[in-house]
Amino acid sequence: MGFLVAQFLSGLAHASSLFLVAAGLSIIFGVTRIVNFAHGSFYMLGAFVAYSLADRLSGALGFWGAVAGAAVFAGLLGVAVEVLLLRRLYRSPELFQLLATFGLVLVVQDLALAIWGPEDLLGPRAPGLEGIVRILGRPFPQYDLLLIALGPAVLGLLWLLFHRTRWGILVRAATEDREMTGALGVKQTRLFTSVLFLGTALAGLAGALQVPREAANLQMDINIVVEAFVVVVIGGMGSVAGAFLASLLIGQLQAFGILIFPQVTLVLVFLVMALVLVVRPYGLLGRPQAVPRAGHAPETPIAPASQGARIAWAAALAVLLALPLAVGDYALVVLTEVFVLALFASSLHFAMGPGGMVSFGHAAYFGLGAYGAGLLMKHLGAGMVPGLIAAPLAAGLGALVFGWFCVRLSGVYLAMLTLAFAQIVWSVAFQWYSVTGGDNGILGVWPAAWAAPKWAFYYLSLVLAGGGIYLLRRVIFSPFGYALRAGRDSPLRSDAIGIPVKRHQWAAFTLSGAAAGLAGGLYAYSKGSVFPNLISISTSVDALVMVLLGGVQTLTGPIVGAAVFHGLETEMVRHTDYWRLLLGVAIIAMVLVFPQGVVGALERLRPRRPGQAREEAVAR
Amino acid sequence: MSILQVRDLTKSFGGVQAVRGVSFEVGAGELLALIGPNGAGKTTCFNMLNGQIRPDRGSVTLEGRDLTGLSPRRIWRMGVGRTFQITATYASMTVRENVQMVLLSRHRRLFDLWRPAASEYVDEALDLLEQVGMRPQADRPCGVLAYGDVKRVELAMALASEPRLLLMDEPTAGMAPKERIELMALTAELVRRRGVAVLFTEHDMDVVFAHAHRIIVLSRGALIASGPPPVVRDDPDVQEVYLGSGAMFAKEGAA
Repeated sequence: MGFLVAQFLSGLAHASSLFLVAAGLSIIFGVTRIVNFAHGSFYMLGAFVAYSLADRLSGALGFWGAVAGAAVFAGLLGVAVEVLLLRRLYRSPELFQLLATFGLVLVVQDLALAIWGPEDLLGPRAPGLEGIVRILGRPFPQYDLLLIALGPAVLGLLWLLFHRTRWGILVRAATEDREMTGALGVKQTRLFTSVLFLGTALAGLAGALQVPREAANLQMDINIVVEAFVVVVIGGMGSVAGAFLASLLIGQLQAFGILIFPQVTLVLVFLVMALVLVVRPYGLLGRPQAVPRAGHAPETPIAPASQGARIAWAAALAVLLALPLAVGDYALVVLTEVFVLALFASSLHFAMGPGGMVSFGHAAYFGLGAYGAGLLMKHLGAGMVPGLIAAPLAAGLGALVFGWFCVRLSGVYLAMLTLAFAQIVWSVAFQWYSVTGGDNGILGVWPAAWAAPKWAFYYLSLVLAGGGIYLLRRVIFSPFGYALRAGRDSPLRSDAIGIPVKRHQWAAFTLSGAAAGLAGGLYAYSKGSVFPNLISISTSVDALVMVLLGGVQTLTGPIVGAAVFHGLETEMVRHTDYWRLLLGVAIIAMVLVFPQGVVGALERLRPRRPGQAREEAVAR
Repeated sequence: MSILQVRDLTKSFGGVQAVRGVSFEVGAGELLALIGPNGAGKTTCFNMLNGQIRPDRGSVTLEGRDLTGLSPRRIWRMGVGRTFQITATYASMTVRENVQMVLLSRHRRLFDLWRPAASEYVDEALDLLEQVGMRPQADRPCGVLAYGDVKRVELAMALASEPRLLLMDEPTAGMAPKERIELMALTAELVRRRGVAVLFTEHDMDVVFAHAHRIIVLSRGALIASGPPPVVRDDPDVQEVYLGSGAMFAKEGAA
């Protein structure tokens, strides 16, 4: 009994920290409509800054001064981020917002690594609260009792702030209807900046308060932000009370889940989220998002390749076929990876371009393909050919199951759900040691003897990846692909001409997953191994960057994007330790100045029919 | 014989009876206008016919087949085409592809993963565009058309499914006066030739009285008048609904 109570209380303490982070995230989203991926970075910085400050300040006041200082620091940094970055993104598609803030995550990670080093840093205990109390005979840290009290206290303060102050009422008004609030003469910029201060200061506070409980480390940003996403999505985006309820739920789920299924606590959390979203698509206390009034420019119609483009493709193919005669093994290996990544990026583009479903967790299907091949080899001793057949099947099956949930949602909620499913797959691969080998991965996933030479595997990848990309393209131009785009352009009209939109999206999601799985299978054999990081968020983001780098509204974009991205990565990693920093800066720059991607920008340079620009302006 | 038969259609939202026991019929080649002041229940009525709302009571039959409470997709397959008050077309497709999309759906080709969609049913699509006068613009993106032209494309899309009944929700909303008359004249001509029944709602009385063969009037959810335009125009109940009876001021004057 005492044990269960202690477990319950530690769940509450965890819920409190989670609530501080999630509340900040939710408030920021409510007003700015930006899902701030970098929110966890403020939490992490809060912890690191509090550690450094507590080191320098002394005495009882020193610790609490450090906590307060860290919170203010995080808040001020949030203000800087709002002014320099977010302000330019308010009108961008939500995918770009997610990506740009993820770019920020990468930048902060490398900066933190440079400043504080790679070691975990254990901070001081809180003065006066070092001890334990006995609850029903069980020891319980005094400090955790403080945290338990803090959650409801902050909820109360936020309630007062939002209901009793003029500022809070304006924030709530902006959450309900941003355009109307602006039209009534409320100065938006100052409101948004101050909201960012509050939200990020809460994250910094939560991080600082975590210092006495766990060592500050470089993984805490992603860990906490994914958890906070789950909380915010379950509670309802923009709802502080919802975030509180969901924090309690997740806190307890983790406290007790670890007793029942120690291996799969993460899975449990994400399953709850998926269930909540199916029953209540906008979260427990959330409401459907108001559709922003500023629409995006319509995509130009797709057209089959022109005569010139066909010749160019044939020439490129001929060069690729002849290349093994001219270049060494290293170039072939890099190019093989480019083929695989091009298929991966094309599969993601298929879902998010024509399908209109932004997947923030496409690595799940890449990873399912790789693990499908790897596990078959590990447990059944199967060779490469069965492995490459199993890869798309395994990933397609995963996409079939996850897609059933995903197509019920749209926009940010869809992106979050795909991310959640990817994290489920990742945690299974990471935690299920006996089957997947955990973070030791699966080694010795080598190609069959006939495909073992680098040039042979190069040709195999060219045929399979090229074939996969060709098939996806064929589907985009087929009636199925047209119906898919129809469902994206106007669900209302599609319903009225007999197109089963959800079923089409589901089928497209599955197909996209299977293609990603084939890419994953090829990748596994090209590397000879499979590791859980294939399924990590950064793999998903890499794919998104490839698609956006090429241009999401173009069909050749993903191929160009994969080639440019992988080429750059391969070069940069050789010359610098700060690849993530550069990648982060590049992502942010791309979103800000280059949103149509390389191919999109090139297409804009093509001569346009006279008067076309004017027509477009009128149509808008 | 009538194509659409509506019997005793009723729908409440909470305590509000939006539509109360409405019955009417539309014949082949007939343009029936459904009019009424704001809040009379026109949209609710329409949405029960096209499957977006399930009626509490009553029946909708199309050429003898019951389509009460079916999904919009099923109702469309049974031969009910529609145009929207705010046009809904596919902005990322060309005008011709918009029509082809409907044809592909009608021929149940939506799960074809192989053949290029843009080369299917080209002649049929161009022929339909010819009929609405949009053939010269067939290869332009639908997203850049003028509003009146989008309305014409919608009409071609609606006809592409070879409907028996066409539901048009404020077909001329948002158009210039001259365009309105042209569009309705075109619609009248096409439905006469094809023997389609048309039910439309409209706020522009010029359009209604110039083109409707018959008019039914809804007020507070119930039908209060029905008949040819001149009869409805002279109906005292209709005049009261639209113009007010003047009773309030009459009373004030007497007091």
